[in-house]
Amino acid sequence: MSRATRPPVGQEAIAVHGWWHAHRFLVLRRISQLFFLGLFLLGPWAGIWLVKGNLTSSLTLGVLPLSDPFVFLQTLAAGHPPLLTVATGALAGAVIVALVYALIGGRVYCSWVCPVNPVTDAAHWLHTRLGLKKGWQPKRGTRLWVMAMVLAVSALTGSVAWEMVNPISMLHRGLIFGMGFGWTLVAGVFIFDLVLSRRGWCGHLCPVGAFYGLLGERSLLRVSAANRAACDDCMDCFDVCPEAHVISPALRGSAGTSPLILSRDCTNCGRCIDVCPESVFRFTHRFDDRTSDDPVQATQPGATRAA
Amino acid sequence: MNVPFKSGSPIDRRRFLGDAARAVGGCLVAGTFLARMATDARALPAQALRPPGALDEAEFLGACIRCGLCVRDCPYDTLALAELGVDGAATGTPFFTARDVPCEMCEDIPCVAACPTGALDHGLTDIDDARMGIAVLIDEEHCLNALGLRCDVCYRVCPVIDKAITLEVEHNARSGHHAKFMPTVHAEACTGCGKCEKSCVLPESAIKVLPIRLARVDAAEHYRLGWEDRQPLVDELIDLPDRLPGPGTDNLVTPGGFEPAFKLPEALK
Ligand code: SF4
Ligand code: SF4
Ligand code: SF4
Ligand code: SF4
Repeated sequence: MSRATRPPVGQEAIAVHGWWHAHRFLVLRRISQLFFLGLFLLGPWAGIWLVKGNLTSSLTLGVLPLSDPFVFLQTLAAGHPPLLTVATGALAGAVIVALVYALIGGRVYCSWVCPVNPVTDAAHWLHTRLGLKKGWQPKRGTRLWVMAMVLAVSALTGSVAWEMVNPISMLHRGLIFGMGFGWTLVAGVFIFDLVLSRRGWCGHLCPVGAFYGLLGERSLLRVSAANRAACDDCMDCFDVCPEAHVISPALRGSAGTSPLILSRDCTNCGRCIDVCPESVFRFTHRFDDRTSDDPVQATQPGATRAA
Repeated sequence: MNVPFKSGSPIDRRRFLGDAARAVGGCLVAGTFLARMATDARALPAQALRPPGALDEAEFLGACIRCGLCVRDCPYDTLALAELGVDGAATGTPFFTARDVPCEMCEDIPCVAACPTGALDHGLTDIDDARMGIAVLIDEEHCLNALGLRCDVCYRVCPVIDKAITLEVEHNARSGHHAKFMPTVHAEACTGCGKCEKSCVLPESAIKVLPIRLARVDAAEHYRLGWEDRQPLVDELIDLPDRLPGPGTDNLVTPGGFEPAFKLPEALK
């Protein structure tokens, strides 16, 4: 079906499952993003100091240190002795954060926490509304090169290089501590995604996303196209997925292949689960590779209706 | 979508190499800009002072992750994180401007305690050892004390009064028979807290805290200050046999020693 003749993305899911069901993970994600930002803003705005600091390092309730492992890695590359950070909290904080994301999926950071995600999502929404061209689409591995570049520059200049320009920090730190002209970098990302490159920033370039992707390579929490036999090729999941290439291997895999979306690029945003009218997807763990095409569990024989 | 690599096919290999070359090229260009920004950021403006215990600027930029925990734990709101394009310090790093809010030199140094990375050195336990900068009496033409009046404000507010800053009596050449009480900073005790700069009564401070790199020079190694350094430069030549007591020695008060024509003050005897 071509886009012109198809109903708008998600329409079918709303018709079948209702609005809430077709938006639950999107709404939960926005709540989560607001929650994490709100925790940090509660101090400076309302004087309630549950969390101090910002995403690069924070102290929660005066006891729990959390640090961004990618920023921490840059300090190591810059030559800051890690021993100095043992007693001071950054090391422990970075390890805790790394462990959590290694477990639940590195790019959960991207879709559930990162404050730039609503920005690039908004850019994508407008991009689609205006029917703009896909634009420049760098190769998938580009962000890994960018990540390597950031670490190399950190090592060469002896400074935490990405924090000079990181739009995430500009926005997050900016909202909490004062933005200056940091908003220009955030606006730059928005415009880049809007006109130059569809899903360009988070999907192709951001080294922070690349790092968290690597971190979650073996993560436990996964989306599975468990009920893939029911897929009617409406393509809605491909339309909402910020990393659409991760879906095919799981959804289109022949019988006997894993229905799990195992790519490190998957952000666990759950939008595919939301918009699928046939309830093909669900959250599960990485060892659960049951599918509806197993003869035992097949519920809808000959389910591939459309074409 | 994913075109699976038929490994070994020369076309795929060529395409792969082409893609890799493009990525590397792009990253080199972007990396050069980033490196340029990172090195530019080392040029900390003179008025921006780092919190107590901050490592040397070059090391500091590799250690500070711009979390702002030091800012939050400063009870006097002295510190702020530099904002892009507004404050001159590297974006997101903590600094203070002495004339706005000086450092109050907290005894427990909460900013250092809060720092998760050691960018503020946790080895700093006595705030008097902090070296955020050095105060310099920068405008001797307008400082009221330097004009021969008694203002003394910078001297009186100094938390390390009489060690970091003293009033040195000088002859007032203008009037010919008065004294000037020159505010004089002693680098070995000045913490660079900026209380003096904050308090100067002039519209703009006549005494300013400067970064150490601007305010101090290294003493030339080949000069020896004879009145401080009692060790002779060349031992063999100077270490003559002692002829004590007796005429010709410098032992002025030993009996038999050289007696000057004038009377020595009582205290020296
Ligand atoms: S010593 Fe006290 S006043 Fe000075 S910067 Fe640290 S917390 Fe602020
Ligand atoms: S607490 Fe330390 S790492 Fe954080 S902003 Fe201050 S100096 Fe930098
Ligand atoms: S900066 Fe001024 S007030 Fe602070 S220690 Fe030095 S002389 Fe004293
Ligand atoms: S406060 Fe200012 S005017 Fe007064 S003595 Fe100090 S430097 Fe001079």
